[in-house]
Amino acid sequence: MEKVDRQHPVEQDPKIRRTNFDAVENNFTDEQAALEASRCLHCKNAKCVKGCPVNIQIPEFIAAIKEGNIEKAGDIIRQTSMLPSVCGRVCPQERQCEGNCILGIKGKPVAIGALERYVGDKTNAKIGEINDCNKKVAIVGSGCAGITAAADLRKAGYDVTVFEALHELGGVLRYGIPPFRLPRTVLDREIEGLKNIGVKFEKNVIVGKSITINQLKEDGFDAIFLCSGAGLPKMMNIPGENLNGVYSANEFLTRVNLMHANEESTPTPLKVGEKVAIIGGGNVAMDAARTAVRVGYKEVYIAYRRTEAELPARLEEIRHAKEEGVIFKFLHAPSEIIGQDGYVKAMKFDLMELGEPDASGRRRPVPTGESVTIQLDAVIVALGTGPNPIIQTSAQKEGLELETNNRGYIIVNEETGETSIPGVYAGGDVAPTGESNAINAMGAGKRAAKAMDEYLKSVCQ
Amino acid sequence: MGYKILRKKELCANQYELTIHAPYITKNAQAGQFIILRVSKDGERVPLTIADYDREKGELTIVFMAVGYTTKQLATLEVGDELVDIVGPLGQPTHIEKYGTVVCLAGGYGAAPCYLIAKAFKEAGNKVYMIMGARTKDLIFWQDKMKDACTELFITTDDGSLGTKGFVTDVMEDIMNKEKVDYAIAVGPMPMMRAVAELTRGKGIKTEASMNPIMVDGTGMCGACRVTVGGEVKFACVDGPDFDAHQIDFDEVINRTKIYKDYEKKRSENCNLYKQAESLK
Repeated sequence: MEKVDRQHPVEQDPKIRRTNFDAVENNFTDEQAALEASRCLHCKNAKCVKGCPVNIQIPEFIAAIKEGNIEKAGDIIRQTSMLPSVCGRVCPQERQCEGNCILGIKGKPVAIGALERYVGDKTNAKIGEINDCNKKVAIVGSGCAGITAAADLRKAGYDVTVFEALHELGGVLRYGIPPFRLPRTVLDREIEGLKNIGVKFEKNVIVGKSITINQLKEDGFDAIFLCSGAGLPKMMNIPGENLNGVYSANEFLTRVNLMHANEESTPTPLKVGEKVAIIGGGNVAMDAARTAVRVGYKEVYIAYRRTEAELPARLEEIRHAKEEGVIFKFLHAPSEIIGQDGYVKAMKFDLMELGEPDASGRRRPVPTGESVTIQLDAVIVALGTGPNPIIQTSAQKEGLELETNNRGYIIVNEETGETSIPGVYAGGDVAPTGESNAINAMGAGKRAAKAMDEYLKSVCQ
Repeated sequence: MGYKILRKKELCANQYELTIHAPYITKNAQAGQFIILRVSKDGERVPLTIADYDREKGELTIVFMAVGYTTKQLATLEVGDELVDIVGPLGQPTHIEKYGTVVCLAGGYGAAPCYLIAKAFKEAGNKVYMIMGARTKDLIFWQDKMKDACTELFITTDDGSLGTKGFVTDVMEDIMNKEKVDYAIAVGPMPMMRAVAELTRGKGIKTEASMNPIMVDGTGMCGACRVTVGGEVKFACVDGPDFDAHQIDFDEVINRTKIYKDYEKKRSENCNLYKQAESLK
């Protein structure tokens, strides 16, 4: 049999896609999907399944594609993952399923993510019969963890209300990940699906401010799932950080993705200059850089204090960013932002070299003693986020002992998501149990939904 | 679900009082907190301080001046119209305790939030002086309401058309000369709050100012509203809006409010809504 190469979805030309927010990659055509599915060896002890944080039955769904039964493939995926169209696009597959694929040892792994996305986009979630029970569940946050828990709990018959602080649903999928990576039609479709099975959404409600945990209980909620994420941006604490033109990546991305500040017709302002540096090397840094290209910055830098080998972003995003003209400055550590009349003018970086590995196993950057100054008119800080303390503080004020660790994350039983308050569960980035990403948040949502179902059955007869 | 406008009152030229049905806000609202609203789909998120509320009826009152795109748009709404989004209550409530003698300094349309603040201090057993200042007498509103909220009300106008001629700081100085002030809180334009801070600094009077920097989400996730207080970076939306006025880096915070000035100027030149509002003047 002739050897089939790994299939690649058609991508928009980098010169053109620099100017729009449309999806960079098309989906697989039916022919490509069939060819790619034919590459899978259907291992008995499939390593790819172990590499997936929610253990999707990968060889089975790929076998269904081969049979030409897309509906069956969709059903198999949705047994474990409610958001295949999202995860197939945003998971770092090279560190998960595809990173474990046996074909990857000598050649290229099966394009599991692209196949999952193909199936997700072509099929819909099936709504089985829902046997309503008279118990109410509150979900705090409409990101990946919340959406997943809401779906599972609704299917189990609960009256589910999702509370969202912002005026639109989806969490990071809405305000963080740009539409060229996750088209909004895909996200809207997933949320519509939840509304169709009877999940209620309350926007503009901040749990801990608009309503407290005790008040939710008074309103008849029998169990609560806290999944408010980790949205508090970390800053650099260097001189000049509060000059005009310095943004957190959250602010920059929220202005563009949520508020559409780049569009003429919207009143939310966005100041676009000539040169911008993004500080950091994760997916958020790539998203901010590629968004900066699209809103019209002429020169976009990514400054990272280690080398390309240590970049934590997805390989595909790094490649896409390079193709779109983003300039990488490796071994650059921020030291000072220089201003003029209150606005960013330039930024000074210490040049680094790699030393011994640190606690995370990555080689630690060490200053060489040399520095460099780059002329800029904006700086976007993408150095990660921490948990927002609103819920924790409010719980404390009403005398609830919600245990948190020294960094402010909620402490949970990793198997069940239970917090120190009976009936209150937590998961996703607010109570992280692994790498911060969509699929891990979904996994946490699923685990908590299962545990909440058992809890509710045991306490409310 | 929209947020319906129940009552509307023009307090003075370009300044309005709106009462809106928003039960999730009033459930836990306290003096010193704020809300963020969007007038229409695709609208921007704008912060406004809670001026009054009725918990039983779920009614929220805001006071604003029609100065920018969104506040001008807001001013065109009438009773029965709905706002697409209001979220809150946001920020930390003003810290209320029994200090003894408290002075609330209210400048311009920033005066409105002082109503709830003064009332709360009075209820906590303080002697509360309120100094309301404006450019001219037509811009003074809520006189009776303010009188009820405090022990004694002073009014100042820059042109002397009502009350004392001069600034709120002039009256503050008089009070400080006559008796011991234990606590002061300033709500109003940045230069006014800075002047209050300078005045009380030497006397060691604990003074707070309610910061009004640029905000986007108002829930602590973006840092647009950051303010340096005592050398530390704080987010006004979650750590504030009230901060120790003697510790605030006013130069920085004033500079940061200017980021979009050109943008807004350019917009106002091209925008019919702006032109319409300008022609009303």
